[in-house]
Amino acid sequence: MTTNTSSRGGPVGVGRIKRLVLYAILIFMAGLYLIPIYLLIVTGLKSFTEVSQAQMWALPSGLHFESFTKAWYGSPAEGFRGLGSNFWNSIILVVPATILSAMLGSINGYILTKWRFKGDTLVFTLLLFGMFIPYQSILIPLVQVLSKIPWFGGTTLYGTLAGLIFVHVIYGLPITTLIFRNYYAAIPNELIEASRIDGATFFSIYRYILFPLSVPGFVVVMIWQFTSVWNDFLFAVTITGNPDTQPITVGLNNLAGSYIVEWNVQMAGSLLAALPTLLVYILLGRYFMRGLLAGSLKG
Amino acid sequence: MKKFPGIVVLLALLLAIVPATVGAAPPQQDGEDYTVQANDWLSKLADKFYGDVNAYWAIMAATNQAHGKDASYAKIDNPDTIEVGDKLSIPAQAEAEAFMATFDPSMFNVGDLFASGASGQMTLGSWWTAGGEAEGLAGMIRIYEEKYPDVEVINATVAGGAGTNFKAQLATRLVGGAPPDTFQLHAGLEVETYSPDKYLSNVDDIYASEGLEEAFPADLLAMLKYQDHYWGVPVNIHRSNVLWYNKAVFEANGLTAPTTFEEFVQVADTLEAAGIQPYVIGTNGGWEAPHVFEDVLAGTLGPEAYKGLWTGKTDWTGPEVAKALENFKMMLSYANDDHPALSWDGAGEYLLSGKGGMMIMGDWTDGWFTSKGFTDYGWAASPGAQGTFVGLSDSFALPKDAPNPENAQNWLKVCGSKEGQEAFNPKKGSICARTDCDASLFNEYLQSAMVDWNQDAIVPSVVHGAAAIEAWVTDYKDVVTLFVASGDVAGAQAGLQQACVDAGVCQ
Amino acid sequence: MKRITWERVTAILLLSPSVLAIALFVYGFIAFTAYASLSNWNSLVPDFSWAGFSNYQKLFANQRFQIDLRNTVSFTILFLFACLVIGFFLAYLLDQHIKGEGFFRSIFLFPMAVSLIVTGVVWRWLLNPGSAEMGSTGINLLFDKLGLGFLKWGWFTDPVVWHIPPDSGVGQFLQQIGLGFLASPLVGISAGVVSLVLAATWQMSGYTMAMYLAGLRAIPNELREAARVDGASEWQILRLIILPLLRPITLSVIIILGHISLKIYDLVVSMTGPGIGFSTDVPAYYMWDTTFRGNHFARGSAIAIVLLLMVAVLIIPYLVWTNKTEAEL
Repeated sequence: MTTNTSSRGGPVGVGRIKRLVLYAILIFMAGLYLIPIYLLIVTGLKSFTEVSQAQMWALPSGLHFESFTKAWYGSPAEGFRGLGSNFWNSIILVVPATILSAMLGSINGYILTKWRFKGDTLVFTLLLFGMFIPYQSILIPLVQVLSKIPWFGGTTLYGTLAGLIFVHVIYGLPITTLIFRNYYAAIPNELIEASRIDGATFFSIYRYILFPLSVPGFVVVMIWQFTSVWNDFLFAVTITGNPDTQPITVGLNNLAGSYIVEWNVQMAGSLLAALPTLLVYILLGRYFMRGLLAGSLKG
Repeated sequence: MKKFPGIVVLLALLLAIVPATVGAAPPQQDGEDYTVQANDWLSKLADKFYGDVNAYWAIMAATNQAHGKDASYAKIDNPDTIEVGDKLSIPAQAEAEAFMATFDPSMFNVGDLFASGASGQMTLGSWWTAGGEAEGLAGMIRIYEEKYPDVEVINATVAGGAGTNFKAQLATRLVGGAPPDTFQLHAGLEVETYSPDKYLSNVDDIYASEGLEEAFPADLLAMLKYQDHYWGVPVNIHRSNVLWYNKAVFEANGLTAPTTFEEFVQVADTLEAAGIQPYVIGTNGGWEAPHVFEDVLAGTLGPEAYKGLWTGKTDWTGPEVAKALENFKMMLSYANDDHPALSWDGAGEYLLSGKGGMMIMGDWTDGWFTSKGFTDYGWAASPGAQGTFVGLSDSFALPKDAPNPENAQNWLKVCGSKEGQEAFNPKKGSICARTDCDASLFNEYLQSAMVDWNQDAIVPSVVHGAAAIEAWVTDYKDVVTLFVASGDVAGAQAGLQQACVDAGVCQ
Repeated sequence: MKRITWERVTAILLLSPSVLAIALFVYGFIAFTAYASLSNWNSLVPDFSWAGFSNYQKLFANQRFQIDLRNTVSFTILFLFACLVIGFFLAYLLDQHIKGEGFFRSIFLFPMAVSLIVTGVVWRWLLNPGSAEMGSTGINLLFDKLGLGFLKWGWFTDPVVWHIPPDSGVGQFLQQIGLGFLASPLVGISAGVVSLVLAATWQMSGYTMAMYLAGLRAIPNELREAARVDGASEWQILRLIILPLLRPITLSVIIILGHISLKIYDLVVSMTGPGIGFSTDVPAYYMWDTTFRGNHFARGSAIAIVLLLMVAVLIIPYLVWTNKTEAEL
């Protein structure tokens, strides 16, 4: 079909068939992408009597939330812990880690764009490398160091949620700095210069010019950090050995790792673990996209 | 736990004011002892001493507390029943009031009533998350809680991989200086993993004070000693080399449990012809295949040569090891294709549903069958290993940095006690490490295991930490894992030899 | 030019905690790990006595590690290929003035928001093959229901490793020209890796789509129109105009997804574990396993350093390049 016409300008019949095929392909692909989610929801909503291998693709007979209850509270008799406490641990972890990361990233981005100094791009590049390293290469000393930093209650930072927050803030510095730096770079320097002439100081420039302008930047960074901290597994499994402090990813992996737990409970647990980030994605998808694109350096 | 402290304070104020204003009862100045007379009951005494019928809780608590130190005082389990002649401790008015001020009868904490002096927490690390072993552990915890009601037991379990997940997290906790108070440890050379000199306290004094050297058999004590010290208190004995089969399936096909590898082939062929998966295994955890292979080694080489493998006396490059690998390969040829997706209990479902014939797994399987309500199973020693008991033992150890060492020591005492072991083992599906447990508490399988334990040749399990240091076990497991997929006998044999060399045992 | 002012000092002071933290927690720690990899630290108690490169020597002679390298390379290649092709395909479709574009975009993108642990748990079940005796499950069951039973296979439980058979014509030719090692199972693709790639692609291809879509939108329509006027077919426009213009995006995607896939860990843990004959084992998994389960800290450090070097080979040229282009701004 070597026509020199676009789909819009072509003969009506051909164009329409093309469009139909196009939509058919898209719907088919969308269906493929939804298969795991379908299974997740359908299985999670089944009652215990409905769960069988042969029926795994069938719809549930109604809305049964017993799997969620069991996933949340666990079943001491069968010897597995619920994810409820892990869920709260994740909340306690994610909120401060996200806020602290965003604040630090914002300050760093401000300095690296508006208070440039000799070698600042080198500093930034070195900072950025921290984003790409395999964390395995810092895990061993990390455990050693955390276990030597004292913390309240006679313990050390190792094994505590505070320690995990600390770790996420530090290793979140590169990405948060990057996003804010790209964001602030777009704010014209003339604006800063003008206010400097008006006598604005380092802090007042940030407080009254940059900060009010950076709300979208904060949203992007916070969504990014929220999802990556919530979804983190490697740091969590290494640093929190005690089930009482483990975030939900570790809890879910432990729950799913033991075959005593029925599939509907595993799926309900997975949904619980996925829910907050999915909600963020659904409600703030636009910013989520922006974070993704920013994460790829080219702002 | 204490809710609404404001209300409690208010109540305390009321209690303090009421007797003073009413002045109906002579206030009790100092604490004293009292012997129960006929027609006494606790609230009557409370009214007599404090002018408050409810304050009997304070008498009960004080008496139980005194009982903990001096057994001449009565122990009151139920405030409604006291006996004539019971010796009670009557606390001073102020003490009783202080007690009642923080005590809310509607939601009381039994610990207040049976205080033993021990308090705080005890974090208990284990991989006993499921089924019989979790129930057994819960039974032992109950005994502990009755003895030390003020101690909050935190049962920190980590599921998966016959403890490999747990051990990984434990290692980071030990190095991180935040260990649990006590943790599960396979008796034997596994203790070397935890660098006992640096991270563990030896428990020799518990052996002495509890008379454990007399309570455990000599074989076991030898297995437990590392660098001339005891590092853990064993609670049980498990057997690694048991062949489990579905009785109904075997009966329907006129089969009996195979005792040799040749018989195994015959049985498997018959089952296969009947459309039943002859042999089932799950290899998802990474330790199950190495576990079965140790039983195959013991069954092929015999107990003495098997033991020699781990001490350097038996040659890994010899024809017997090659034969063992061939035998294992033969067994795998009868195995279910989906084994990489299953753990051992996942594979066990085949037996439960009658779709699989045989499985080789440690005798925790017995407890798991029981917890699943499955009774139609039979057992035998794994092929070639009649009269050989591949044994392992779970013990509890004491980390040096344990935050509550006293509570942990008390736990170890419960672990070593007859009471504790009798509560634990029938549920767990294991036999007691002690020799004086009551056989009638145990089911048929376990009674047979007790007999075998007394008469068989005992050899240590490698996968479960008894025979070799962890580094060697890891390498051994890697080789067997590769072998399951490749079936390369010569390559696996070379790898096993290399692992032995790396461990410093072979040349 | 610039005067030293208190404000400048304040700026440096405020930046320095972050810089110091990264200096210590990234560069300092890497140095520590590198040092540990040259030591004899193979139990819980640190032992920093010098071992030279023996840990690396042993590692590269270790069959499990060789398999891991194979898996990670084959995973990265397949995963990148799948993401680029599917991502571009989806972006190209969505760029055709589609009604409900936002809806489709959301569907392709949402797996990104989900934790790899969740992905692993779900896909483990999806790709669990079941067996003849117990019945099929997961995708295999779906195949059965759709009458596509012939597509059933063992997924990640299949021990097969596809490679060039040494005794085939190609294999013999390779041996003759001294490249016989290419025809061994150590240069191949395991069934387990293919299963992992499926799950990972489901999760990450939306990202490639988003990147390409942004790139396609940035191409001025006039360019295409002009080409059409000149008589170029849609295929020629795609090949000669669009794809070359998207090259920087392709590069970015390769860098980002490439470093993610070299580090892949969570998915392996939750979906397959090390797999049959280590068919899904990767260096990141082996590192954690041997370090925190086997207490081989020196060996674990060596693996970590190898992993870091692999990522560095990919990332450093890119960082240097962006640093240069930034400096030109």
